[in-house]
Amino acid sequence: MTLDRREFLKLMGGTAAVFTFSGVLLQGCKKAIREAAERTPVIWLQAQSCSGCSVSILNSLDPDIATVITEYISLNYHQTLSGGTGAAAIRVLEEAVKKQRKDYVLVVEGSIPTKSDEYCTIGEMDGRAVSAREWVEELGKNAKAILSFGTCAAYGGIPAAKQRDTGDNPTGAKAVSDILPNAAIINVPGCPPHPDWMVGTVLYYLLKGMPELDEYNRPKLFYGKTVHDQCEHLSDYKRGRFAKHWGEEGCLYLLGCLGMDSGCDIPKRKWLGGVNSCTGCGSGCIGCTEAAFPDYGKRGLYKHLMAGADEIKNIENRYVREAVLKLKDGGVING
Amino acid sequence: MAKVLLDPITRIEGHLSIEVDVQNGKVVNAWSKGDMFRGYEKILKGRNPVDANQITQRICGVCPVSHGIASSKCLDAAFKIKPNNNGRLLRNLVLGANFLQSHILHFYQLAALDYVDITAILNYTGSDSRLNAVKEWAKDELKTKKGRPDEITAVGPFLPRYEGADFYIKDADLNIAAIAHYLKALEIRMKAHKMVTVFGGRAPHLIGLVPGGVTQVPTREKIREYKKYLKEVEAFVNEIYINDVIAVAKAYTEYFKLGRYTNFLSYGLFDADNEEKKFMMERGVFADGALSKLDTSLIKEQVRYARYRSGSDLHPLKGQTDADPGKGGAYTWLKAPRYNGLGMEVGPLARVVVSYQSGNPAVKKEVDALLKVLNADISAVFSVLGRHASRAIEAKLICGQVKEWLNDLEVGGAPRSTYEIPEKGEGEGLVEAPRGALGHWIVVEGKKIANYQCVVPTTWYCGPRDDRDVLGPVEQALMGTPISDPKNPIEAARVVRSFDPCIACAVHVMEGDREIGSFRVS
Repeated sequence: MTLDRREFLKLMGGTAAVFTFSGVLLQGCKKAIREAAERTPVIWLQAQSCSGCSVSILNSLDPDIATVITEYISLNYHQTLSGGTGAAAIRVLEEAVKKQRKDYVLVVEGSIPTKSDEYCTIGEMDGRAVSAREWVEELGKNAKAILSFGTCAAYGGIPAAKQRDTGDNPTGAKAVSDILPNAAIINVPGCPPHPDWMVGTVLYYLLKGMPELDEYNRPKLFYGKTVHDQCEHLSDYKRGRFAKHWGEEGCLYLLGCLGMDSGCDIPKRKWLGGVNSCTGCGSGCIGCTEAAFPDYGKRGLYKHLMAGADEIKNIENRYVREAVLKLKDGGVING
Repeated sequence: MAKVLLDPITRIEGHLSIEVDVQNGKVVNAWSKGDMFRGYEKILKGRNPVDANQITQRICGVCPVSHGIASSKCLDAAFKIKPNNNGRLLRNLVLGANFLQSHILHFYQLAALDYVDITAILNYTGSDSRLNAVKEWAKDELKTKKGRPDEITAVGPFLPRYEGADFYIKDADLNIAAIAHYLKALEIRMKAHKMVTVFGGRAPHLIGLVPGGVTQVPTREKIREYKKYLKEVEAFVNEIYINDVIAVAKAYTEYFKLGRYTNFLSYGLFDADNEEKKFMMERGVFADGALSKLDTSLIKEQVRYARYRSGSDLHPLKGQTDADPGKGGAYTWLKAPRYNGLGMEVGPLARVVVSYQSGNPAVKKEVDALLKVLNADISAVFSVLGRHASRAIEAKLICGQVKEWLNDLEVGGAPRSTYEIPEKGEGEGLVEAPRGALGHWIVVEGKKIANYQCVVPTTWYCGPRDDRDVLGPVEQALMGTPISDPKNPIEAARVVRSFDPCIACAVHVMEGDREIGSFRVS
């Protein structure tokens, strides 16, 4: 690897003008991986997922997904891409457990149900259905690294959301870190995560080892700054120009944007290679990279429009304070 | 008699397993099992109604756009608004783009490996640098992993697979072309996601859908960008995708007879007016050889073989769905929906059959032309290959249609109508997902969600036996399928995958323990 840490961070974090991995980084990776003479095996498990993280990583641009699979990693198992079906596919997981392989990185997508193993089963081993919980425990035991891709695997996400009436959750859905409390886990949240965050974290791990993590065990590279600080509408916010209806110009705070509460770089990085962003298209941030998503206490996705009087008094920006006070519904947004 | 288990069915969305009994080389009984459950509707209750627009998209990462639009439409109805013209057109444009993404993904990344011999790359002698890189990779994998504990993972995730002498295409050129197109399709489906993102803000899950329309104003620049990606996607669909479907069909003609099912339901694909009276592909039901108008009050869900302890044969909005993980005799998390007592296939074949029978000239033209090329008669469409061909026909028609919608947009105009959340309201939202008819229903009380229900495509065809022991559509379609080797039942996998199941969608329903309202579709 020819890049030093500073150069590497610069490229990953995108102080470069374009927020994709540049050719320089790719050359660095290729060389490092050629020197290593081995593609790191990855086993990708889906539990209570919607497959959205898998679909998102297919949108990786540079490197594209075919390059990732054939040059950077050895994708041992992935339920949506595996050539095999049934026993022909599940043998890969079975052998990894029985031969006590220790050479693979375990990726988990989706939360793990704990109220009943029947809420999610994947294949059979020795004539018995095996639950997602058992696979995570067995494969997690020997994995050389564990990556929780997406907010469901990282923090529980929507399947772990609390019912408003009982405060309970239907299936006892848990994060991977609740199933494997002693393991060192890198969280790559997002609903779904940007492909660069997933591919970037894997590449960083392959080349440099553990990335620096924040208090939610997310790589600071991607989650270190808030959406608000990097937002296209930041100057509107400072000048007190707020959109009152979807599609209007201005800061989206009064339409429920959670950019101040969310650490991610989408306003700079943008989706699909610069095509659009959550704030750029006039919708605002829903805080999908956060552990509190989607409950935000009991307030939901439009949480700060449901703030109490004390909280509103403490809002620093005068325009925002006055505007929130004027919201007659105290919690239900109109558009 | 051999019991054969396919668990998991890979290369679909979510957790599905299939069990079949095989006697004298043929399937004589079948069970379709949904193996995952989350409980979305229960989670939605008590939240801000607009939260549903984002939360329900997370039911499925392959067809989130359809869930988002079904949710938007039921919120429109509950808030007593209609989308403005731009709002409807922009919804159609993001939905159309996602259909292209999903259909291309299904044929190449999900279905093709049941037909194409991926190992043909090892004998590649051409000069394409991309294919040579893949060849070198595959050779290196086989060489370095030989004899090691992870030998089985060589050329993963494409191997291991079901192995049999006649399973895969033998023609070397055809295999190589298919592998090249597999790689190209990865790029093209991503371009279709760029089209989604132009007006939807992000993909796969859109940020930009709201009651009344979308948030992105259609500027000239945005329209130009959408057109740019469309041009590439359309060229791929018309010049490559359709021809690859024809090539597979010619190599596997027996699959015109396999996977047969003949009852169909469609909610109508793409709203052609703001009143939901006209569609690009018609709304209706084709059952027992006759076309009829859709009446959603005839939908009942039965639970004798599903893991719920609640009442059976109830309209989905009135049914109770108390989860019962240990229920005796039950084998799935999917209920068995019935329309007027019959199991229905939904999805591309259903849409094509219903619109063909409704006399849709564009659909008729494409279907007749394709049948002529394939030298097949109309009965051949009720099959595995009929489903693949229907997807390709839809993709072609959508590429043509979205151009007209782009021209109809009011450039720079409001992308939505406005709304105020009412104290009380009820709404129904019907839409087509790539894999079939999708409905959302909402009751609003005190400006919050009092109840929310979804009835989703895959439940229709991957559901279990009903209360009278009549098999579900996929189970019936499997009957009679020849299985040449019970240890490698690829034929059954081909039948199941032709439906494009999405299990995350199908099994999220939970404990709808009170009536949500009564709706009728006319």
